[in-house]
Amino acid sequence: MDGPSPPQPPLPAPFTHTHPAPTLLTQGAEALLYCTYFLTPSHPCALKYRPSKPYRNPILDKRLTRHRILSEARTLVKCRREGVSVPGVLALDAEGDGVSGGWMMMEWVEGKTVREVLVAGAKRRKEGRDDEDGWEEGVTALMGKIGRAVGRMHEVGVVHGDLTTSNIMLGPLAAPQQNGVTTNGEHMEQVGEGLGGEIVLIDFGLAGQSLQDEDKAVDLYVLERAFGSTHPEAEEGFQEVLKVYEESYKGAKVVLKRLEDVRMRGRKRSLLG
Amino acid sequence: MAALQTLHLAHLPPDLAVHVALYTDVRNASFLRDQLLQGNPDFEYALVDASVILSTTHALAAVFRAANDHLKGRLKSRNVHSEIVFSLGANNNIAQSLRTFGITPTTTNLLAIKLSTDPSITSSTISEHLSASIQGIQVEFNDAKLAGLNNIAKIRKLYKLGGVGEEGSKGKRRRKDGTVESSGLVDGTAAKDAERERRELEVAILGLMALRGAV
Ligand SMILES: Nc1ncnc2c1ncn2[C@@H]1O[C@H](COP(=O)(O)OP(=O)(O)OP(=O)(O)O)[C@@H](O)[C@H]1O
Ligand SMILES: [Mg+2]
Repeated sequence: MDGPSPPQPPLPAPFTHTHPAPTLLTQGAEALLYCTYFLTPSHPCALKYRPSKPYRNPILDKRLTRHRILSEARTLVKCRREGVSVPGVLALDAEGDGVSGGWMMMEWVEGKTVREVLVAGAKRRKEGRDDEDGWEEGVTALMGKIGRAVGRMHEVGVVHGDLTTSNIMLGPLAAPQQNGVTTNGEHMEQVGEGLGGEIVLIDFGLAGQSLQDEDKAVDLYVLERAFGSTHPEAEEGFQEVLKVYEESYKGAKVVLKRLEDVRMRGRKRSLLG
Repeated sequence: MAALQTLHLAHLPPDLAVHVALYTDVRNASFLRDQLLQGNPDFEYALVDASVILSTTHALAAVFRAANDHLKGRLKSRNVHSEIVFSLGANNNIAQSLRTFGITPTTTNLLAIKLSTDPSITSSTISEHLSASIQGIQVEFNDAKLAGLNNIAKIRKLYKLGGVGEEGSKGKRRRKDGTVESSGLVDGTAAKDAERERRELEVAILGLMALRGAV
């Protein structure tokens, strides 16, 4: 049974006027993620609210909140204009009003996280409800797309800092669909249920700009571990991420070499416990 | 002739209505600008040069930002209306943003915006005052009208967004065989490309406005 959900700090102004009220999607350690709309109801958006922490020194708290919001927004804006697939930033208030924290609005990504998609798929397969061939092909294609998206992000000099399957979304198909057939003639069934669509990277709260191979290798290592721990059935497919990553930009080979060192250190660390 | 439009932006208090009027062929920009410079209280509007406005969302995002700062009592410029013009800018330089996005003596396409910051400011008082003060042709405030009178090349230059969303830009990559691969998108018609280009430009601008040069 679920325990009582942690209390939610109320949203600050101007969202006290929002009608209908924003819907809470997730409550992380640092941020609450709401679904609402931007200027008109026809423009859905995600609202990431970073409430102030009552246990922190108020001056420090204000500075931290401001820094986190601007840092995430800055990275998203840079990524988007350089062609990395991320939600665009629509508005932000990094100052808050001194007591309630700050927020950022970004484009709404229609779709699910890769984690949700893989968990649902694994469940369906266990229940024997999915044909295996289509699924495996689909996962491989998905891995390739992730490798390319991460490669492009690294190419423009951004490291994510928390590259897990919860922070990669699978957006809708770029081509409008008609009766299960995309307008470019691709059949949905061929890619396994729910595996089609465009990769969108999210959650740049810990991201930064770096040209260091080490930082990029750590991104890949974190992702590899995320696949290994939550989606063991997809671990094999991870090779495809690296394969496509390797071909996606000029510095990729050196980063993959570095990944081997990072893995080694990781193993030693876990041996030492 | 089109009339003054009254809008309610999401999240703002319902009584803080936004009134907008778009004009072409304005003949008395010099006079209007002088009223702003002299601080004539009757002319407390955001008077924006519409040739540097990409879309309704572009303009209204600035209104939203200024209104929020107004509600929180932390305007950086003279009033909420100058703050709207300031909020269109991509940096913290108020004078520069007012010069770049505000009315100039040679402005012919003009966007006038006013917020009901006081119950005495109503759609009819504004409407009356604007028709008496602005010599020009009032047209509907919508994306199609703005697209017909704005200067995209100039907008790109102002925000230093040359190439964003454009064919062959960083967002798209050339395959080894020379064909262009659009970022995940299926090749479409020219119209679809133009729409995608406009959308990318808009989202890039909103991001820069939100950051206001913060580093
Ligand atoms: N732009 C978006 N569109 C749709 N859903 C989103 C969007 N951004 C986030 N989400 C959903 O909300 C969840 C949480 O968002 P995010 O990962 O940014 O926050 P977080 O993990 O709580 O942040 P942090 O790690 O910085 O504390 C995501 O896993 C995703 O399901
Ligand atoms: Mg997250």
